[in-house]
Amino acid sequence: MARSGTAKLTTRTASVPEKIPIRLTVNGSQMELRVAPWTTLLDALRDHLDLTGTKKGCDHGQCGACTVLVDGRRINSCLTLAVMKEGAEIITIEGLARNGELHPLQQAFIDQDAFQCGYCTSGQICSAAGLLAEGKARTPNEIRELMSGNICRCGAYPNIVAAILQAMERS
Amino acid sequence: MTPFQYARANDVADAIKQIATDPSAKFIAGGTNLIDLIKYDVEEPTRLIDISHLPLRSIEQTSTGGVLIGAMVPNTDLAYHPIIEQRYPLLARAIMSGASQQLRNMASTGGNLLQRTRCFYFYDTATPCNKREPGSGCSAIDGINRINAVLGTSQACIATHPSDMCVALAALEATVHVAGPAGARTIAFADFHRLPGNTPQRDTNLEPDEIITAIELPPKGFSANYSYLKIRDRLSYAFALVSVAAALELDGDTIKEARLALGGVAHKPWRSSAAEAALLGQRAEATAFARAADWLLHGAKGYGHNDFKIGLARRAIVRTLGQAARGTPQSLSDKKIR
Repeated sequence: MARSGTAKLTTRTASVPEKIPIRLTVNGSQMELRVAPWTTLLDALRDHLDLTGTKKGCDHGQCGACTVLVDGRRINSCLTLAVMKEGAEIITIEGLARNGELHPLQQAFIDQDAFQCGYCTSGQICSAAGLLAEGKARTPNEIRELMSGNICRCGAYPNIVAAILQAMERS
Repeated sequence: MTPFQYARANDVADAIKQIATDPSAKFIAGGTNLIDLIKYDVEEPTRLIDISHLPLRSIEQTSTGGVLIGAMVPNTDLAYHPIIEQRYPLLARAIMSGASQQLRNMASTGGNLLQRTRCFYFYDTATPCNKREPGSGCSAIDGINRINAVLGTSQACIATHPSDMCVALAALEATVHVAGPAGARTIAFADFHRLPGNTPQRDTNLEPDEIITAIELPPKGFSANYSYLKIRDRLSYAFALVSVAAALELDGDTIKEARLALGGVAHKPWRSSAAEAALLGQRAEATAFARAADWLLHGAKGYGHNDFKIGLARRAIVRTLGQAARGTPQSLSDKKIR
């Protein structure tokens, strides 16, 4: 649409803001990076730190593929500005395994065949890790409700719930 | 997306000072709505002032028996707080009915009040929208308006307010604490959001240089007889087509006090003193509930695709009041409406 005319674009590009240095702890490692103010945490992880396990699905907070844990809580990294998380502790799918052993949720997703294409899976698993930490879901219905922020277009939902139940029972 | 500068506010006074010096700046807290709108070029701030680190994160009982909730308290922290779960379960249920757990972990209490409509045309910058571009016209009135408002609409705008939390806050008669260059003031919840009228670009009566610092709940939480029922196109993680917050105080089966608010049907949570008055002294049963529904929906007008909302709202009001009267509030995880 014509509303963002050329004149406006010119004035805006004339004053492109400086990149801002930030520090993040990502999967236990201290990271220092320089990001534009509008760089999302998702883009910082994928494009600056090469942690491409976290997926960009809708980029609008509707699909959950970008779910990571920030200071222990699950959030949508696509709607989070990296500069706002200065000093935060981030866990991504790459940081869930310990000493070469899969996280119980990762193992459960394999055991229960909880994915087909796999694109939503890292978000599903990080979200489920947040769910386990919250300790609010006990029944399959409660799991479904509290996992509703993660869409699986292959429709692997029954197996995803089974995988989370398995991990819940073993943790 | 339009590039923007970023600055952090150190305290409330600093935040007010920073916003006063830059009229094209915006505050950012949870960011769940604002960043989305920036990505769509609906919002084009040249500077974001980060207020997410302000020390407004406490939930405290007040000396008058109410509760003061800091504006930066995340939605999940509020919904799971023991005081809210026990004394204001209507609020807890409404919060947990909205968005996803990821978004609730990010979204702030103050920001929830300030989220913008999800009207398709507000988001679509290729179409006219009076809320986005005053004077350009409303595409929804003669467009795809299934999700739009049926109450309190104007020729200029038929957008709805998307919040669930605000529907409960309206029913509970919360107060919004704000601060600005002229000092602090409070706004009754009913006066906080506006009807569209000829100025749909203004969602609320918060001034552009003011900041929400807290939400105050009065002592009465209606924890015995309440329900929040949300009807939507999916069983979870979708905006309300219609939602109902109902709270009753009963003496036996006689209604002593009633609160009723609708979501998904208007530019603000919809209440009617006539509807609530019509319940007083009545036996808590379907005939009285239906009468209250008629009052609450008085003047409702559909725009074609959303005509169904009026009948849906009527039935939802009767159901929700029944759930409240029986003391069996709508379950969040069992989706059957009983």
